[in-house]
Amino acid sequence: MVSPLVFWIVAGITIIAALAVVNLTNLIHSALWLIVAFVGVAITYLILEAEFLAAVQIIVYAGAIAILIVFGVMLTRRGDIRESNLFNNYRLAGGLISLGLMATIVTMVVKTQWAIDVAAVPANSVGLLAQNLLGQFVIPFEIAAMLLLVALVGAIIIAKEVRD
Amino acid sequence: MEQYLALGIFLVVALVFGVVVLVVAGLVRPKKPSPEKLSTYECGLETQGPTWVQFKISYFMYALVFLIFDVETIFLYPWAVQFQKFGIFAFVEMIIFIGILVVGLWYAWKEGALEWL
Repeated sequence: MVSPLVFWIVAGITIIAALAVVNLTNLIHSALWLIVAFVGVAITYLILEAEFLAAVQIIVYAGAIAILIVFGVMLTRRGDIRESNLFNNYRLAGGLISLGLMATIVTMVVKTQWAIDVAAVPANSVGLLAQNLLGQFVIPFEIAAMLLLVALVGAIIIAKEVRD
Repeated sequence: MEQYLALGIFLVVALVFGVVVLVVAGLVRPKKPSPEKLSTYECGLETQGPTWVQFKISYFMYALVFLIFDVETIFLYPWAVQFQKFGIFAFVEMIIFIGILVVGLWYAWKEGALEWL
């Protein structure tokens, strides 16, 4: 059992990082803070004993998505990068929409009748996942490969168009 | 969960180490700035143009290819964990999975997405 203190520290760091993402004026700095927020979420998954999800969060989000965002920013940049994140001019509207979204989510979470499973969390959740992935769900697994292939080919075709 | 305690200690030590080094260096170093000293270091040459330049689109292609194979790693990970327990069938399944993605790599290669310039 993890001390709640750990969760509160991690949650605090994640929220500070998320606030830095929207409030900093340099989009590159925002992207770097986004990595901190992603890692914070990954540690939250670890606290919830969802190790595989934590690994996915670190490898895909903190690794690849962050790089993609930085590259995307540097490719589409217009004018001075130090003044690139101008969305924080909409503080009031953004804050109101975020508050509304949070209120909706909190209401849904509180109102939902959660079916609580009292069984223990399986010790080896990754192994269980592998068994299902390569056993019962092998066709969706191979289709996922096709999906990735299509995404790769499509992205290259679009990027080639831009380059030429 | 206890096995991650060491990881947490590593994280804290790494953060504290960075802060301590910067603070101690700030306290003990002499401060005699001159324009020469404050100029940006760029391999010993005079700097040219602004620091923030626009990237070439070819860098984005690397990022795309990296992203796809990064996602592939996610599928490899549970398979690798259980590899010893699975038979030849799971191995063939994974070979097919990787084979489909190698087609993508071949296409990226053919279209010059992996070329540096």
